[in-house]
Amino acid sequence: MGNLYTSTTFMEHNSHPDYKYEMDSPTHEHDGINPSCGDELTLQLRVENGVIEEASFTGHGCAISQASADIMAELITGETVEEAKRLSELFLAMIRGDELTEEDYEDLDEAAQLKDISHMPARVKCAELAWRTLDGMLTE
Amino acid sequence: MIDIEANPYKADFPLLAGKPEITFLDSGATAQRPACALDAQRSFYETMNANPLRGLYSLSVEATEAIAQVRAQIARLLGAVDERGRAAARDIVFTHNASESLNLVAKSFAPLVLEPGDEVAITIMEHHSNLIPWQQACRAAGATLVYLYPEQDGTITDEEIAAKVGPRTKIVAAGHVSNVMGVENPIAKLADAVHAHGGYLVVDGAQSVPHMTVDVRALGADFFAFSAHKALGPMGIGVLWGRHELLEQMPPMLTGGEMIDSVTEQDAVWAPVPEKFEAGTQDAAGIYATGAALTYLTETVGYEAVAEREAALVAYTMERLAELPYIGIIGPAEAARHHGVISFNVRGIHPHDVASILDMSGVCIRAGHHCAQPLLTWLGVENLACCRASLAFYNDKSDVDRFVDGLATVWSTFNA
Repeated sequence: MGNLYTSTTFMEHNSHPDYKYEMDSPTHEHDGINPSCGDELTLQLRVENGVIEEASFTGHGCAISQASADIMAELITGETVEEAKRLSELFLAMIRGDELTEEDYEDLDEAAQLKDISHMPARVKCAELAWRTLDGMLTE
Repeated sequence: MIDIEANPYKADFPLLAGKPEITFLDSGATAQRPACALDAQRSFYETMNANPLRGLYSLSVEATEAIAQVRAQIARLLGAVDERGRAAARDIVFTHNASESLNLVAKSFAPLVLEPGDEVAITIMEHHSNLIPWQQACRAAGATLVYLYPEQDGTITDEEIAAKVGPRTKIVAAGHVSNVMGVENPIAKLADAVHAHGGYLVVDGAQSVPHMTVDVRALGADFFAFSAHKALGPMGIGVLWGRHELLEQMPPMLTGGEMIDSVTEQDAVWAPVPEKFEAGTQDAAGIYATGAALTYLTETVGYEAVAEREAALVAYTMERLAELPYIGIIGPAEAARHHGVISFNVRGIHPHDVASILDMSGVCIRAGHHCAQPLLTWLGVENLACCRASLAFYNDKSDVDRFVDGLATVWSTFNA
């Protein structure tokens, strides 16, 4: 996972997250916490006609949790709710250590960089936080 | 002056000798093991393996004798000796870890003395293992859990003791040395305060036994717990020492084999202390290895050398950390009060990121809440987490240099 910290694109998501802000009129909002790390995250979505028109998050945590949230928000913006749910399930499966197809990794795009976190149990929760929050929100 | 550049101990530790790329600064979580302790574990199974206590043949007797000797060794180590200097071996109970030892006191002893409205006082610096058992005991008895708060440098003042330990206090439970702040708590003063009101003192020695001489009589402890694995021994061996008359009154927490004198269809008579508390087959090889580890710690190395070397290493680490303006130390400013433990934060960088980046250069530190969430909440540290480097006598100057250089890399990773 060391390569995450040396990846300029990944670290850029932590230092300059494009999707970290409070939205004006979200249609969906959900909180996620990592009690063991103290990470807290609020995910907001604006969904219109089954499509995620806008996604953003606020909160605080380690670089892994913050960058992962930013990458996720970027990925799901413009996708249908069903597609976002599929992507979050793919991501969570990848983090659990499941082997995905080449196509799946392509669909996850930048998020696929977090694959090696599965070898680092202490950091899995950090990488998962935003995605679990999304999954929880879409399952409700 | 101690030469921390030289390291006469590293060769005794197979993991450290075999992995020179590793800088191990997490001894507060678990120590490394010297070869003699690993050899003892193996030698038990190779030369005296039999179920202790039960057998009537010489092999089993030998195993039983080996355990009895470690019991006596630990009693002497803790200063649990009678007026004639004889070890109170029967007052040493083997458990699986310090947590279990403390649970045994909270579950078997506390109900004998706690009444509704009574108080149990602990410090906010307690490890969860000396905190949650008291939450549970208080809840069960209708008692109140009261906290002693230190000054910012970790000192618990006489005023705080006087304010929190009073006529309602039946039990004070305190860590001998804090696993986060590194400070030694005023155990003898806590003992005087609680004894003045007829209460009892429980000491969590998990972070003191690896570093310093312990004398339960001088401390005024009624119970003292520690884990072998933090003191160079194997994982899975804990110790509880208790005053004999208190252990006598306590019911067993676990029942079953080897803890009875006699059993009928409807009843059982407990074995005497300490067997009463040791249901089922014990990890005899682990206990034997614990004896070898403690002999290494106290005789081969010696507490004096441990203290001198750890103080020199901590002083050097604090000196080097002072070069980095973005490091904030948690706990006392004086190196001598740290007992190998240095907790800190890197400004604006989450402790988990610090640990992960240090790991890239082989430096192992702990990051998180250190099983002391109420303390980190009280300290008000960001993310309820901090970093902790914990040193032992088997570390050297190059370990500290790699650690500090690693922190510079951590900083530049986020502040390029």
